[in-house]
Amino acid sequence: MRPVRFNIHPKEAEIADAIGMGKAPDGVTGDGFFATQLSSVVGLARKNSLWPLPFATSCCGIEFMATMASHYDLSRFGSERVGFSPRQCDLLMVMGTIAKKMAPVLRQVYIQMAEPRWVIAVGACASSGGIFDTYSVLQGIDQVIPVDVYVPGCPPRPEAIIDGFMKIQDLVGQESIRRRNSEQYKALLNSYGIQ
Amino acid sequence: MEHNHITLPEGSIEKTTTTLNIGPTHPATHGVFQNIMEVDGERIVSSDQTVGYIHRAFEKLAERRPLYQITPITDRLNYCSSPINNMGWHITCERFLNIETPKRVDYLRVIIMELARISDHLICNSIVGVDTGAYTGFLYVMQYRELIYEIYEEICGSRLTTNIGRIGGFERNFSNTAFTKLEKFLNEYPKVLKEFENLFTRNRIFMERTQGTGGISAERAMNYGFTGPNLRAAGVDYDVRVHQPYSSYQDFNFTVPVGTTGDNYDRFLVRNAEMWESISIIRQAYEKVQAFKGAEAEVFHADVPEYYLPKKEDVYTKMEALIWHFKIIMGEIDLPKGQIYSPVEGGNGELGFYLISDGGRTPFRLHFRRPCFIYYQAYPELIKGGMLSDAVVTMSSLNLIAGELDA
Amino acid sequence: MSLNNEIIQEKLVAKFGDQVGQFATTYGMLSFEAPKEMNLKVLQFLYDEPGLEFTFLTDICAVNYPEQKGAELVVVYHLHNLKENVRLRFSVSTGLDNTEVFTATKLFESANWMERETYDFFGINFVGHPNLKRILNVDEMDYFPLRKEFPLEDQTRIDKDDEMFGRG
Repeated sequence: MRPVRFNIHPKEAEIADAIGMGKAPDGVTGDGFFATQLSSVVGLARKNSLWPLPFATSCCGIEFMATMASHYDLSRFGSERVGFSPRQCDLLMVMGTIAKKMAPVLRQVYIQMAEPRWVIAVGACASSGGIFDTYSVLQGIDQVIPVDVYVPGCPPRPEAIIDGFMKIQDLVGQESIRRRNSEQYKALLNSYGIQ
Repeated sequence: MEHNHITLPEGSIEKTTTTLNIGPTHPATHGVFQNIMEVDGERIVSSDQTVGYIHRAFEKLAERRPLYQITPITDRLNYCSSPINNMGWHITCERFLNIETPKRVDYLRVIIMELARISDHLICNSIVGVDTGAYTGFLYVMQYRELIYEIYEEICGSRLTTNIGRIGGFERNFSNTAFTKLEKFLNEYPKVLKEFENLFTRNRIFMERTQGTGGISAERAMNYGFTGPNLRAAGVDYDVRVHQPYSSYQDFNFTVPVGTTGDNYDRFLVRNAEMWESISIIRQAYEKVQAFKGAEAEVFHADVPEYYLPKKEDVYTKMEALIWHFKIIMGEIDLPKGQIYSPVEGGNGELGFYLISDGGRTPFRLHFRRPCFIYYQAYPELIKGGMLSDAVVTMSSLNLIAGELDA
Repeated sequence: MSLNNEIIQEKLVAKFGDQVGQFATTYGMLSFEAPKEMNLKVLQFLYDEPGLEFTFLTDICAVNYPEQKGAELVVVYHLHNLKENVRLRFSVSTGLDNTEVFTATKLFESANWMERETYDFFGINFVGHPNLKRILNVDEMDYFPLRKEFPLEDQTRIDKDDEMFGRG
């Protein structure tokens, strides 16, 4: 039988291996100053303090609870404070099946969020309807709202949800500060019927 | 002076109650439920529920799929304890097809089902704690749910929606790692449960929040179709494991905890006591499994070639196994005609499977008797006259799982 | 003497004569049928009669048999006597043109939502129900999805290629 390793004999870790410094954005360093682009600084601040809105409907919501709990802590990435008010949150995490009855509610929550806002579709049901190719399930939330990152899985492991979250962090860190006012973005929202 | 710029809706000055919509997306509802309540200050006068925000048409979906493909659907019913749903479905199929499983399979199934019951009750009780303001209990016991998930992963590969087991048994024998993790769980968990109990059961704030709220009498509970811990908290000792034993539950020695008033505190205590009983059942089952020696210790499924996929080595070398493999996968096996109703004790009560077959390869009709759907009807009666914050605690102590409610 | 299927059958036949029929025992459970006008009388008799006392309604659901003309929709009640631990299945059938069945909500509170679900899926009109409207599907839906004539998939979806799923 294939030998299985799991953590019954934890090895002592070197503290230097466990801690790393985040990568600073490109810029000019001098004696007491650091000059870089405004969008990099804003992106850096935003990505390390995202406030997610967990829109948990079904099984993926339980995996999200496991992600927020202490074993796979999501607050290591800055999202300690989950909010339930759309006005205060940046990231809409849609976790679980969205039925056609729920779609208008989801759209309303998205419209109430203030710019800049990002959407992550967690799980197969939110990405494309999942195993439920039926008359009552919306086949993916991108039928009603624009989505930034899709996390496949049924349900995705907490590591996968964290990976999706890190991709959102990449998007947030590199976003141009003019994006939300650009013609392309307005066209995108218009294609969904959102002003 | 005239105030023409203010126009109020008709009848709103005479109305003394406020309409409050606790909408489908709300942090305190733990699932997509909408309650439109009429409140007079903080007291609830009446309430109206809307469900169906996660209706996924399981019953129609099941008419399209052969029996072994329905197991993933049953996972998503009560997703906090999906092995119980899976086992319940397999037991239904086995009863329908008159398959008898060996004792070792039954005992392994009992271990998995009781672990699932512990994980379901842990979520429910810790969320009741969160709703009364105590977040620590939730985070502390989630660690032990992670250990239960690791045990599932060793057996079937998946954490939450497990699709565990097959018709006739399991897909593989439990590895030694699974048993090592089970022993670790049995050694460490009772201490954690004791600490969890110490945090809540005699805590004055918790007792005052939960005693006397959301109560229901035994007669009303039975009329409303309650089953499971909610009915047992009201005083009726009905447990499907005792009344219609399946998977050799009659070989085990356990008590069924029963409450008196059916309020939130009793439900909490009944679930807690059930977790202690589950630990004892798992210990007994583990000892019984260890008692099998030699060839018997390798048995993990019944001999039913029409419904249990043969081993891949046999499929590549033996003719019969190849033919059975082909017949099962390509859907050449027809079910016998008939109908059966088979209940199992889920985390929330009697989970029933009503299967009607007309001789095809897929069921003609499959109906799930979902306990959450049936006892949620009593919610207006439970919260009427109480305060809004008690309504929130009542909802979480009923253990409503949206996936099971809407199916 | 404890309750068993023969006693139930005798008492029902003694009370209702030949209006109850199709007695069968499948997997240990007795099942029988009655005309739909009698459903409340039978349920009341099973509830009140000393010795029968089926006071727990386990489930109500419906089945659509498109080939049985005149009895296409069958409403199935599962009852349970908790003291004696005996289960029972009782069904009434109705055609598609007049789908009215009397409601059991006055006898069992749990029948409320179960009948709403049956109405939502099959279109059976329960006479006397306090609030018969759709419960699980969208309110605007104008057909009854679990009848056999309607498909499972949403026909207006554009992103799934039916050829790939073997049903193009």
